Formats: sequence, C-alpha cells, structure tokens
Amino acid sequence: MTRRQRRLALVLSLVLGVGLLALVASQVFRENLMYFYSASELAAGEAEEGQRVRFGGLVVPGSVEREPGALLVQFRLADCEANLPVRFSGILPDLFREGQGIVASGRMQQGVFEADEVLAKHDENYMPPELVEKLGGDAGKHSCAPFKSLQEAT
Amino acid sequence: MNALTRTFHRWGSPPTFYRFAGRALPWLGWPALLLLLHGLYAGLVQAPADYQQGDGFRIIYVHVPAAWLSLFIYTSMAVAGVIALVWRMKVAEVYLRDAALAGAGFTAVALASGMLWGQPMWGTWWVWDARLTSELILLFLYLGVLALDQALPEPRQAARACAILAIVGVINVPIVHYSVEWWNTLHQGSSLSRFEKPAMPASMYVPLLEVALGTMLFYGWFVLARMRGSILLRERRQSWARAVAMEGA
Repeated sequence: MTRRQRRLALVLSLVLGVGLLALVASQVFRENLMYFYSASELAAGEAEEGQRVRFGGLVVPGSVEREPGALLVQFRLADCEANLPVRFSGILPDLFREGQGIVASGRMQQGVFEADEVLAKHDENYMPPELVEKLGGDAGKHSCAPFKSLQEAT
Repeated sequence: MNALTRTFHRWGSPPTFYRFAGRALPWLGWPALLLLLHGLYAGLVQAPADYQQGDGFRIIYVHVPAAWLSLFIYTSMAVAGVIALVWRMKVAEVYLRDAALAGAGFTAVALASGMLWGQPMWGTWWVWDARLTSELILLFLYLGVLALDQALPEPRQAARACAILAIVGVINVPIVHYSVEWWNTLHQGSSLSRFEKPAMPASMYVPLLEVALGTMLFYGWFVLARMRGSILLRERRQSWARAVAMEGA
C-alpha cells in the first residue's frame, strides 16, 4: 500500500464511521426528532395524559365550531385512521382552514387536546387561483405529506 | 498514467488553474446575470399568485435556490476535502475555504428567507423541527470551517483541518435533505424533485429553475474569481505568480 492509498483508506473509514454513528444516533433519538404526534399515535396513548406534546393533522371539514363572542375554537384533527377533538383559545394563523394541515401544541385532557398554540403546516403544492377553480375548490389536489391518506379514508 | 489522471493533475497545478479559471469567468458570469434577471422578473412579477399564500409564496424564488446551493456547496467541499487530504492538491485546499464563505452566505439567506415566510404562513418565525435545526447546524459547520481556517497560522495545516471537518460534516447534508421525509416536520416536503411531477404549474416552476441555474452559475463565477485571488496570494513567491502580477501592474 502506498502512502496515498493509506490516506484514502483512512478518509474512507472516517466517512463510514461517522455515517454509522449518525445512523445509530438518528435511530436512538427517533422519538425526539419527531416534531409532532399524529392522531392515531395519540389515540393509541403514545403520549401520556397531561404531558406537553405537539399534535399534527388535517382539520376535519365541517368540524370547526367557534364560540360566539369569544376566541374559543373547537375542531377535530385527523390522520388516515383516527381523529381527535382539539380546543384552542387564541388567534389562528392565516392558513388555518378546513382540510388544512395544522400542528397544535398542548396536552391531552380527558380525550380532548387542549392547545395553547396552533401553527399552520403548509404542503408542497403551489397553485394559482384560476387553476384551483378549475379543479373545483380547495380540497382538489391536496396532499399534506404525513396525512396523505386522509382523503382516501373519509 | 492515463488521460483522466493527467487532466486531474494538470487542473491541480496552480498556474494552469489560474489561467483556466480566468478564461471560464465570463462564461459563468454573463449567463448567470441574464438567467437571474429574467428568472427573478418572471418569478416575482409575471408568475401568478398562490391561491392560499397570495404573493407571499414568491419568497420561494430566493429561498429554494439558496437552500439548494447550501447543500450543493457543502457536498462539493467534502469532495475537495478528500482530494486535499489524499492527493495534497493545493487548488482543492484553496477551494475549501473560498467555498465555505459562499456556503455560509447561502445558508444564512435560506434561513432568513424561510423565517420571513414562516412568520405569516405558519404563525411563527422559528420551530425546532428536524429540517430547520439541521439547516442551522449546516450554518454552524460552514462557520466552523471558516473559523478553523483562521485559527491555524500555517495554510496547509489549516486546509487539512478544514478538510476533515468538511468530510465529517457532510453526513449532515442527507439529513437536511431527507429530514422532511424521515420525520414529521413542520416544514413541507420538496415541491420539485427529479423523479416526480412538480407540485406547481410551469408558470411557477420554470422561473424557479431559471433562478436556481443562475444562482449556481453565479456561485461558480464567485468561487473561481475568489480562488484566483487566493491562489495568487499563496503562490506569491513563485515565479509564475510574480509574472502574472507584473502583467497586471
């Protein structure tokens, strides 16, 4: 082995070693790297009651109820298998609407997710308004990656 | 020695590289300017507004090219790092440092433009999801390479240290890229990928591709121009560098 080959082997083993380390780390911290839980994960009790978590899903069309004269909103968030009620009091982001992806932070309390923050999750689709009309409204071509199969399920 | 290795070694010789880079500059700079001007006009003025985000979506014409470049540059630095460590090629050593400067800039632009978009669209400037966090780590890696280069007085030693950091840090590049698929993130998935139909109409993505290509060429122009200066400074005791300097004076 020449010196150059030895250096090459050293560099390659460095890359391999670090890559392996990263793979192991990402497996170990998998839970922590998840930004939010889905509805079926929460329904299965993966987060403890009262533990602060984030909950992501699509706003179920027709489920949004606003308390008249107050900021209190109730709606259901869903993925393809389950949906859970969410209660939130505050100002909703511009992109909040039925069928839209949402990430709420808060706690599960007696089967209701009490949120203190609601963020909109935009998807990767961009459309001019004329095209949306042609497709027949909002719901047409939506695919929020992690909640993809909701439309097929409902 | 076959033709490939011969070309490889010729490129690595500072005077040849200096001359080659000088000739390549106008071929990168002018197309970059034209593509950027046309692409930005088409994207910021002519393209239709998004049905949900309105005109706010136009930040994509800055954000996405900057983010792509931030990943591309770091990958190229890792390749240069291997060449610098194994073949001890001076041109690769110079590339490492000059590329890191541009890379840090593009990463900062990607982060800042993303925050400006996130505030109205998501409802927050910043969240610690996997995509945003790994891109922030990328910025720190770039700054680390720049700092390491400054910290070691002997340039060849500094380059070797930077090469190791570039190679080790490259593991973060696939993490940034795939973070939106591997984990639940607030950040959306890719709108444009090589294998799927784009998630937007041609009137929106053609300008984006123009700006992206223009940014790429601009980066090529920038890094070659900077490397010429760095090489001349490093080789100032060599006769060829003196000859070049006399010509210019």
